[in-house]
Amino acid sequence: MNWQEFISMGGYGVYVWGSYGLTALILVLNLFLPLRRRKVVRQRLREFMRLKEQTR
Amino acid sequence: MLTLIKAIGRLYRRDLTVALRRSTDILTPLIFFVIVVSLFPLGLGPEPNTLRTIAPGVIWVGALLATMLSLNRLFANDYADGTLEQMALAPFPLGLLVLTKIAAHWTLTGLPLVLISPLLAVQMNLPDSAFGTLALSLLLGTPILSLLGAVGAALTLGLRGGGVLVSLLVLPLYTPILIFGAGSVAGVMLGIDTGAHFSLLGAFLALALTFLPWATAAALRVSLD
Amino acid sequence: MHKYASPKFFYTLAGQLIPWLGGVTVLLLLAGLYLGLFVAPADYQQGESYRIMFVHVPAAWMSMFIYMMMAGAGAVALVWNIKLAEIFANSCAPIGASFTFLALATGSLWGKPMWGTWWAWDARLTSELILFFLYIGYMALQASIEDPRRAARAAAILALVGVVNIPVIHFSVEWWNTLHQPASLGKVGTPSIHPSMLAPLLLMALGFKTYFFATMLMRMRNEILERERHTTWVTDMPELKA
Repeated sequence: MNWQEFISMGGYGVYVWGSYGLTALILVLNLFLPLRRRKVVRQRLREFMRLKEQTR
Repeated sequence: MLTLIKAIGRLYRRDLTVALRRSTDILTPLIFFVIVVSLFPLGLGPEPNTLRTIAPGVIWVGALLATMLSLNRLFANDYADGTLEQMALAPFPLGLLVLTKIAAHWTLTGLPLVLISPLLAVQMNLPDSAFGTLALSLLLGTPILSLLGAVGAALTLGLRGGGVLVSLLVLPLYTPILIFGAGSVAGVMLGIDTGAHFSLLGAFLALALTFLPWATAAALRVSLD
Repeated sequence: MHKYASPKFFYTLAGQLIPWLGGVTVLLLLAGLYLGLFVAPADYQQGESYRIMFVHVPAAWMSMFIYMMMAGAGAVALVWNIKLAEIFANSCAPIGASFTFLALATGSLWGKPMWGTWWAWDARLTSELILFFLYIGYMALQASIEDPRRAARAAAILALVGVVNIPVIHFSVEWWNTLHQPASLGKVGTPSIHPSMLAPLLLMALGFKTYFFATMLMRMRNEILERERHTTWVTDMPELKA
């Protein structure tokens, strides 16, 4: 399997790799977003509980 | 049963009377309809054949947009003064009351669109043979637009930015009606038999009448809680 | 029934499932990519560009699948008042919208070499576009309502009206397309499926599915934590003790 041929995809390289690249982007994004939100939620919860302790 | 019929009659008449008092609410969408359709010749040039080709789509899209504009008056006033809550608590099926309100709304919004459509047909250079088809397609289609729109209006009751939001929710759902409504007018100009279009529009209307008032009632209860 | 509907139980269960689902996803996608990019032969008519199918078609399938799930969860939430169903529906929407967007974008990228234009109003792509608008409307409605319960129930009604409309939309767009499209264009060129093309297609589709469940569970866990922040099981969680 020739690497040149593989990248060029019969001349359609831009389209094929564009599509796969977009797919990778979307998959990574939808993985990253909940992970980041998880951090934020936990942070807010910790704050929230600290406040509860203080006002007890 | 008799009290139900009386209640429906009373509600219908009341909605008509209240709406007629605020005549701007009724006239604005109608005038908007005419203006929007008139913009297209201005934007595209007055070449008669072009206008004739785009006329079905343009007039129908105008009708969709005019309906969207008028939707907020369906429930907004009754929501504001508490009448809607009363209706939800009344011993009558909310779905039927909703259907009555939609009927009153359509009488003053959709029906005028149907009646003014010949004027727009003239503006857009439609052949005489298409006038009837246009009016009939709007006659069948605008009630469906009102019924679908009512669900959107009920879901967005009292929300900020409700007007644009309703458009976002409802316009994608309008696409089948647009396709067959405009398609019937385009079809009659090409000599195609439009029986299928009207059968489908009729079927959509029947389905909409059966299910959507109840979906709207459910949406109202969710919004009123 | 009650045990499974308990947020706490679900939170723990989801936490255990996510790594497994993640692992399976990676395996399926790697296998699918390998077979799709290296093993499957070039198409007789389209050459190498047809390989976009291996991401475009699964993305389109997911966009529909997820909307169905969303509507189903919405129905459960409306009828039985189950909070988890509400959270499930919420979490589906952004992922579904992403896949719809992906289907549209890859459809466009596939269309350019085939038809010469970046966009063609072919029946499937047009239906997909309308579906995208339905997702956006759903998310906009949710975002506009402050009370999470009202938001979830309103969105559920919208999703149910939408789901009934989807077959109607597909049918209408299909009809509209045959009327207006010149015969030469035909359908978005799904080539006649050669068996060696079927395997990577299914692997990618399955991989997308397990990916969806994994990321959806992640989102659900986040929302459960937020919604349940007043309960003892959350406040007693060791990982939250500062």
